[in-house]
Amino acid sequence: MIDTNDETARQVYWRENRRWMLILGTIWFVVSLGCGVLWVETLNQIQVGGFKLGFWFAQQGAIYTFIVLIFVYARVMARLEKRLGFEEPEA
Amino acid sequence: MSLTETTYLVVGASFALYIFIAIRSRAGSTQEFYVAGKGIHPVANGMATAADWMSAASFISMAGLIGLSYNGYGGSVFLMGWTGGYVILAMLIAPYLRKYGKFTVPEFIGDRYYSDTARVVAVICLIICSVTYVIGQMKGIGVAFSRFLETDYETGLFSGMVIVFFYAVLGGMKGITYTQIAQFCVLIFAYTVPAIFISLQLTGQPVPQIGLGSTLADGTYLLEKLDRTLLDLGFQEYTTSVRGSTLNMAAFTASLMIGTAGLPHVIIRFFTVPTVRAARTSAGWALLFIAILYTTAPAVAAMARLNIMQTLEPQPGQHLAVEERPGWFRNWEQTGLLGIEDKNGDGLIQYSADSETNELVTLDNDILVLANPEIAKLPNWVIALVAAGGLAAALSTAAGLLLAISSAISHDLLKRTLMPDISERQELMASRLAMAGAVLGAGYLGLNPPGFAAGTVALAFGLAASSLFPALLLGIFSKRVTREGAVLGMLAGIGVTLAYVFQHKGIMFIPGTSFLGDLPPNWFLGIEPNAFGVVGAIVNFSVTLTVSRLTAPPPESVQQLVEDIRVPVSSG
Repeated sequence: MIDTNDETARQVYWRENRRWMLILGTIWFVVSLGCGVLWVETLNQIQVGGFKLGFWFAQQGAIYTFIVLIFVYARVMARLEKRLGFEEPEA
Repeated sequence: MSLTETTYLVVGASFALYIFIAIRSRAGSTQEFYVAGKGIHPVANGMATAADWMSAASFISMAGLIGLSYNGYGGSVFLMGWTGGYVILAMLIAPYLRKYGKFTVPEFIGDRYYSDTARVVAVICLIICSVTYVIGQMKGIGVAFSRFLETDYETGLFSGMVIVFFYAVLGGMKGITYTQIAQFCVLIFAYTVPAIFISLQLTGQPVPQIGLGSTLADGTYLLEKLDRTLLDLGFQEYTTSVRGSTLNMAAFTASLMIGTAGLPHVIIRFFTVPTVRAARTSAGWALLFIAILYTTAPAVAAMARLNIMQTLEPQPGQHLAVEERPGWFRNWEQTGLLGIEDKNGDGLIQYSADSETNELVTLDNDILVLANPEIAKLPNWVIALVAAGGLAAALSTAAGLLLAISSAISHDLLKRTLMPDISERQELMASRLAMAGAVLGAGYLGLNPPGFAAGTVALAFGLAASSLFPALLLGIFSKRVTREGAVLGMLAGIGVTLAYVFQHKGIMFIPGTSFLGDLPPNWFLGIEPNAFGVVGAIVNFSVTLTVSRLTAPPPESVQQLVEDIRVPVSSG
């Protein structure tokens, strides 16, 4: 376990945190403002069941993805905290 | 039992439950009053956040906004905007503010920007956002009562105030949290049951989210049918009609997203969980619970719209006769939400996009949700449930907003700025008094809605997006941002947004003072006033960063504070 006062552990934590924010934030942008707004016309050419794909992203798909993104983020951060010894005591 | 009796019974039972919870969860300390003792389980907090978040507008109006005013695809801005904000909240705001571990949003801004001025500016921004928002909830309570329980508007509003007063003043955040959990259960049940029935009737598919993409009895896809029917009547296609322009849709969505992440009554919910880790998972649970309603709403929108059109014109060219209109249709005409006018005198109702010939002259957005159970011929208890659900949505949001307002007054203004020497007991008393005052103030504004009440909820998002969100985000992610930068940034952001809204909608929304007129050609880059929060936020960011560069960096202790909130455990 690394000492919590250790500067490098804090730097690793913050760097990893920002990396995950960037990755997940990019997906967040792509599924909502991307698939749901900017590229919606192109995606609407694709029909999946009764949905035009762009329309589906805007009214359903983006929301489902958001939920997954938050739980993934919560999970990777909890693991990172465990690895670096930044775990909080259970209150 | 008549419908009114059933409704009284269901609504009465739900109110009795809220009062029971209030008595069981009285607050004994300021910690309990402001943040429920920081002991709320993340799943429970997720439910409470969902009820806090989903207002009368989400419950009653959103499906209609999507299905009618925004004609389908255009309404996606609400769906993505009001959910996407939670991703920002979970990654960029909530964990750090939870780590900071105090009571209110202005408190963080005051400490991070080492300035009472910043604290007071944040309190003012908070009050502007929350008051505009709470007026809408009070109106929602009054309207729900008067429609379902056949009381007058004032009696309805007063009953709602008494309930909120009871549990918010007694229990503060603790009482509000547990009632919100109960309210979530009531509202989500009330929303999904009619949706499942209507989906089954139209598509044979019990899950509305799947029903939306399924086929109707005649074998055509529901959305395809809707598109074609609307085109025939002269409307735009349901699945592709853009609101304004692509840029406007993007700006609108982004404004609602960052507004969500900057609204204090939502942020303070994450102060109630025990750990930083719990704040992150709790945001996930909150969004999951919210998504149950938000993914059902577009199905309700499309299905109810189709149902109404098929009631009016069962076969192409075969219109409903005025005399033969169903009972629910007549009932809702009395409330003014539906209205017909047989313009060509042929005894038939012709619905069309052309306002010259359209005979369905009034079709209120709220009708899609409110009349849904009756259109689908559901039993009385389902209709009664919708009434209880709408009230639960309005009450839970109102209580959350009132807590945000009263804690800003008693904690930030009184304890942290004006009278730092008061004891905890005195502060608890002050917070109860502030809460009582806030309830009375909100009730007064609900009875005498000011001119600007019309455009309120969307405005609250624009203001939160342009004032508080940038200050919070930069406060966490930059050590270099200074108090001068933050104060001027907040003022510039909220100023630009208000100026834009006022110049198009009228100063304080007074008609006739809108010197540019509310006309699309006058809109900046074609962005409508409700979508302008994101531009205000960009102005805020630019001003804050520029001014911060020109002023002396924050003191060492503040830089240490920023370091400290970035990791979940304190060093030392």
